[in-house]
Amino acid sequence: MRSFLFVPGNNPSMVQNADVFPADAVIFDLEDSVHVAEKDNARRLLRDYLTSHPSLPQKVAIRINAMDTPYYKADLEALVADEIDYIVLPKATVTTTQKLGSDLFALEQKRELNKHIDIIPIVELAASLVEVCKIAATSRVVAILFGAEDYCAEMEIKRTLAGEALFFPRSQIAVACRANGIIAIDTPFTDVADDEALLKDCHNGALLGMTAKAAIHPRQVGAINEAYSPAQDQIDWAKKVVKAEKEASSKGLGVFSLDGKMIDKPVIERARKTLAKAKQYNLAGQDDE
Amino acid sequence: MNNSLGREIFANSRPFVSANAFLKEKRRLIPEKPTSATVRFYDDLETAFRDLAIKDGMTLSFHHHLRSGDNVLNMVASLIAKYAIKDLHLAPSSIFPEYKLSDLILNHQIRNITTNYLNGPVAKTIAGGQLQGTLLMHTHGGRARAIESGDLAIDVAFLACPAVDRQGNGSGAFGINACGTLGYAESDLKYAKKVVLVTDTLVDELSMWQFDHKYVDMVVKVPSIGDAGGIVSGTTRITRDPIGLKIAQDTAELVRELGVIKNGFSMQTGAGGTSLAVADAIGKIMQTQNITGAFASGGITGYFVEMLGKGLFQKLYDVQCFDLAAVESFRTNPAHIAISASKYGNPFETSPVVDDLDLVILGAAEVDLSFNVNVTTDSFGNIIGGSGGHADTAHGAKLAIITSTLAKARIPLIKSEVRTITTPGSDIDAIVTERGIAINPNRGDLLERLKGTSLKIMRIEELMDLQHRLGGIPKELPKTNAAVGYVEYRDGTIIDTIYRTG
Repeated sequence: MRSFLFVPGNNPSMVQNADVFPADAVIFDLEDSVHVAEKDNARRLLRDYLTSHPSLPQKVAIRINAMDTPYYKADLEALVADEIDYIVLPKATVTTTQKLGSDLFALEQKRELNKHIDIIPIVELAASLVEVCKIAATSRVVAILFGAEDYCAEMEIKRTLAGEALFFPRSQIAVACRANGIIAIDTPFTDVADDEALLKDCHNGALLGMTAKAAIHPRQVGAINEAYSPAQDQIDWAKKVVKAEKEASSKGLGVFSLDGKMIDKPVIERARKTLAKAKQYNLAGQDDE
Repeated sequence: MNNSLGREIFANSRPFVSANAFLKEKRRLIPEKPTSATVRFYDDLETAFRDLAIKDGMTLSFHHHLRSGDNVLNMVASLIAKYAIKDLHLAPSSIFPEYKLSDLILNHQIRNITTNYLNGPVAKTIAGGQLQGTLLMHTHGGRARAIESGDLAIDVAFLACPAVDRQGNGSGAFGINACGTLGYAESDLKYAKKVVLVTDTLVDELSMWQFDHKYVDMVVKVPSIGDAGGIVSGTTRITRDPIGLKIAQDTAELVRELGVIKNGFSMQTGAGGTSLAVADAIGKIMQTQNITGAFASGGITGYFVEMLGKGLFQKLYDVQCFDLAAVESFRTNPAHIAISASKYGNPFETSPVVDDLDLVILGAAEVDLSFNVNVTTDSFGNIIGGSGGHADTAHGAKLAIITSTLAKARIPLIKSEVRTITTPGSDIDAIVTERGIAINPNRGDLLERLKGTSLKIMRIEELMDLQHRLGGIPKELPKTNAAVGYVEYRDGTIIDTIYRTG
């Protein structure tokens, strides 16, 4: 998965059209984008939408309010249902992530749900970053979302387009996610009007191993999908490597040369991953075998 | 009597047959007005109005280049009221909400109206059944055809003209209320029995003009012809609405997949936010692929001026300027070329510009399962606009695409039958909505080319059903039996009837 689009949970026109955008998942927000006075309305709107709308997004996530707020319990009570794929937990720590897992289990049992709802913790506190490997290893966690704005505020550092301030947290999260085989979702880019800077920001995250990115406006989704999908030249290269590997293998060769470069197991593995991604996003074309 | 689309039309009219039926007809031309008269100059409109000896039942025409900023029509309307002239036939090229004609209609001073587009209070008055005679709605090209053929015979044309020289030549490029091109008025100028240029800027000499003095009978200097700032009203900038942007992106992708975007191609879009977003998305593809188009046409906005400036198009063919950036460009850039409404869309014109269009992006209030489009009334029967260049460009362009949300305020775009047909479905090739794209089954070539693409191609029936599942099926408001007007196709045949609102 490449793109996670935030949609304010209290905006009916945006909610009802959330499925039309090419985001791999939509995160309906009950937290920051919903005013305190609107929390109840947003829960009701989302519940009604999820249970009655004939066309939902591919994957549905709900960002609930943090566990230390008075809204956490009501959010879960209102929205845990079969239509939900993920709960996104703000200000997550190991303790709160585990507690959310228990609370979800209890509700799933009580409601006799047919599914197991996964968790996407938001790592946005310095303390969370320190224990991010443990968070990533927690049961039900399938992705970690980096929250740069809160992180920068706590660290009293300034986020820049070049991304120096985010080098460490991005790297730390990316490694933790990779080690646990889960998705590393990069922080949203907040200037929705600057397409060029968005691409640069996507590049900064991808370079360090982030595998997806959150969007705060639908217009960002296309660029994110493109940035986190294999480029056509990479796909062509991967096809070439896999084809050459098959030929080499039939000759009993584990290492071989292609276009003057040595191809060994890690390179073959990278090519296979590229092709798998390309297939997943319908980019491989018809002759990908 | 029914026309070929099954629409009931009035007894003595020519029924619509097909979009190509005009090809079997010959162009009819009345003689241009005599040009020997000298131009008389006036300092006030009332004196000129008296000297024109306007009588009951005459036909007076106007253009709408100053759009919502126009004051000339209102000044003439005041004089019509003052001199108690009755049963007039008014033929402005468009009617905007600021035009004060409702009282004249209610007092029976205006009996008939012929126009290409109207909305606001006058539209409401007419749709409510208050016009004693008939509303006839033309296309932009069709109006030029009607005037040159004598079908629309004009007694006096009152033409707002931002700058006039001492000879009586007129231009829209100069003056305190410069509005750019004056393309809609060229037929009025050449064929009206009397032509009055109304201006607030008299100069000794103009370096270029669109109105030649040889057609002009009177020039009237008034304190102000209006406010050129008002020409931007009704038009917008590129939409920021995510759904509009999604539709625009999908439209650009559709056009790219169909191979339309190539060197030398031509296009036209409306001035709405989504249309401009389509232009923006196509512009980005052109820049990336280093493509230069031959021309963009139509009502020109600042966005197309920017594209011209970037070298994305070689020329702009402009029948009306939609904003002040377009006015400035028209004045200063020789590649920004004025065209008349006839040259733009008159089906009998030799090579009208619309016939050279590769692509046009259009809007719709309703579309039916036969791809017929309504931009004249809403689903309640209220008059909300009219063809303008819709039917002209849809017919001429090689690819005519409708862009719209699948529902507007929960009213579905796609219906079994549109309330009013403005443009026949045979001229519409594709409909792009946020939830899918419908291709006219008549365009098997397009469907073939789109096989294997990632675009979400659906049958139009599927799109309609999808919206019904999402928003329900609204109860149809029945039409009344009382006709208030007629929609004339560009060739002069009647394509549909407009009924009184309930």
